[in-house]
Amino acid sequence: MQALKMQVLEILNEDCRTPLERIAVMTGENMETIAQAIEEMENDRIILHYAPIINWDRADRERVEGMIEVKVTPQRDLGFDAIAGRIYRFDEVKSVYLMSGNYDLLVLVEARTLKELASFVSEKLSALEAVTGTATSFVLKRYKQDGVIFDGEKNDNRLAVIP
Amino acid sequence: MSRSFVNPLVQNVPPSGIRRFFDIAGTMQDAISLGVGEPDFVTPYHIRNAAMDSILDGETQYTPNKGLPSLLEAISVYLKERFSASYDPEKEIMVTVGASEAIDLALRTCIQPGDDVLVPDPGYVSYAPNVSFVGGHAVSVVTKAEDQFRMTEEGLENAVTRNTKALILPYPNNPTGAVMGKEDLEMVARFAEKHDLLVISDEIYGELIYEGELLSFAAIPGMKERTILINGFSKAFAMTGWRLGYACAPREILSQMNKIHQYTIMCASRQAQVAGRQALVRGLENNFEDVTIMRESYNRRRRVMLDAFRKMGLDCFEPKGAFYCFPSVKNTGLSSEEFCSRLLQQHKVVCVPGTAFGDSGAGHIRCCYATDMNRMLEAFERMKAFLNTL
Repeated sequence: MQALKMQVLEILNEDCRTPLERIAVMTGENMETIAQAIEEMENDRIILHYAPIINWDRADRERVEGMIEVKVTPQRDLGFDAIAGRIYRFDEVKSVYLMSGNYDLLVLVEARTLKELASFVSEKLSALEAVTGTATSFVLKRYKQDGVIFDGEKNDNRLAVIP
Repeated sequence: MSRSFVNPLVQNVPPSGIRRFFDIAGTMQDAISLGVGEPDFVTPYHIRNAAMDSILDGETQYTPNKGLPSLLEAISVYLKERFSASYDPEKEIMVTVGASEAIDLALRTCIQPGDDVLVPDPGYVSYAPNVSFVGGHAVSVVTKAEDQFRMTEEGLENAVTRNTKALILPYPNNPTGAVMGKEDLEMVARFAEKHDLLVISDEIYGELIYEGELLSFAAIPGMKERTILINGFSKAFAMTGWRLGYACAPREILSQMNKIHQYTIMCASRQAQVAGRQALVRGLENNFEDVTIMRESYNRRRRVMLDAFRKMGLDCFEPKGAFYCFPSVKNTGLSSEEFCSRLLQQHKVVCVPGTAFGDSGAGHIRCCYATDMNRMLEAFERMKAFLNTL
């Protein structure tokens, strides 16, 4: 089951819309087994969510993204988890990572306008008591995300017919 | 009329049967090709990087004729560990420009005018012409769908003659995807012994099997003395364009093969050799992780393709190796050429007619599943639409 689950994860990671029936064919298992494997992984919170990768620059929507390096004071007994929890509960926050190196948390934020993002940093994030410093960088262009290249085309250099 | 300067041995070999399809497909926009014969992965990064380093380090000279000693050593270890085949890196292995050169060398070294060479039908397109170029005569060993396109004792005995000197044994097989298991190889061994034949075992798809253990004919007891083992990096490591292969044979044969190689090729490209060494050395360290990842990906697509053909109503035996399916199109009433030609013209999907691989390929088409999954699914939709028009 463990090996099968790894295979299913690889398939879903490549295309999470792959129908159950096709996953069953690809792995040589029956559909019930696949459905069970997926359900177990959802219950175990191995699979958390299914979402597309969107190139928002091509969709007609204003959007600003920032990456904020945050320095915090860890709390006794709770370490960084408590403050991370405070931060990730904000709707603007898309991702939070605990980092090694010069700062503690990397916070990815999304807002509609620059002003909105700025006020998030100054009014919400910096206002948290444990936050001792922030450095905000704006995303100018996205080239690749989760293994997907945004503007590149996958070219196949192979000849159409080879014996 | 001046005399013809062309050697009749060359003149008389017909041009490749799939050339016509290639020409049409090449001019067509948004055709989907299931006609390719190579991996859809690029060579793993660390392998490419090793070649780049070598270039930047100024390694731009010839290598020894038989190849870089460190590569020969790596091949020897690899064959021993993966395929239980023992070859002395100094005397019994040589590096060639693709497995293709190794096939040519094997035939030029061992076959003389009047010799018969047994070649599976259907089989890879270049065996019979290569036999003809040296004045030999290629004799078809018919293989059939009902035998999963394996060679059978009956097929071999029907083809063998007093003049038969060698057998070409290419499994896993292009175009059929057939695999010969241990018992099948043992049957071939008995046959080769009985008729005292040389066996040219082309194991270029040796890593790409989806059931059972990796096998080499040279590992069958008693066979090494009568075997020329041919392999290469193209299929297992997605290195087709590097043109890197090798041949292993008893030293008396290998030294003669190397003589031709010395005078015609000199040596395989140094950077390809460095890359090949990287592929093997890293692979021996990490249990051939790259190969495993690619094999698993092919396997998933193999199952999808097989399932799709069967659901379309095309008979297809389950191919256990290489990356081809070889379904039958007999129940459409079309010949394999008509089928491929109309499928290409009307629905822009390229498949290769089975007859390109010999008369026994009639009624079949070769489809490669080393093809992007979504493109492949689209190709199946087009094929279904085509079948509905028949």
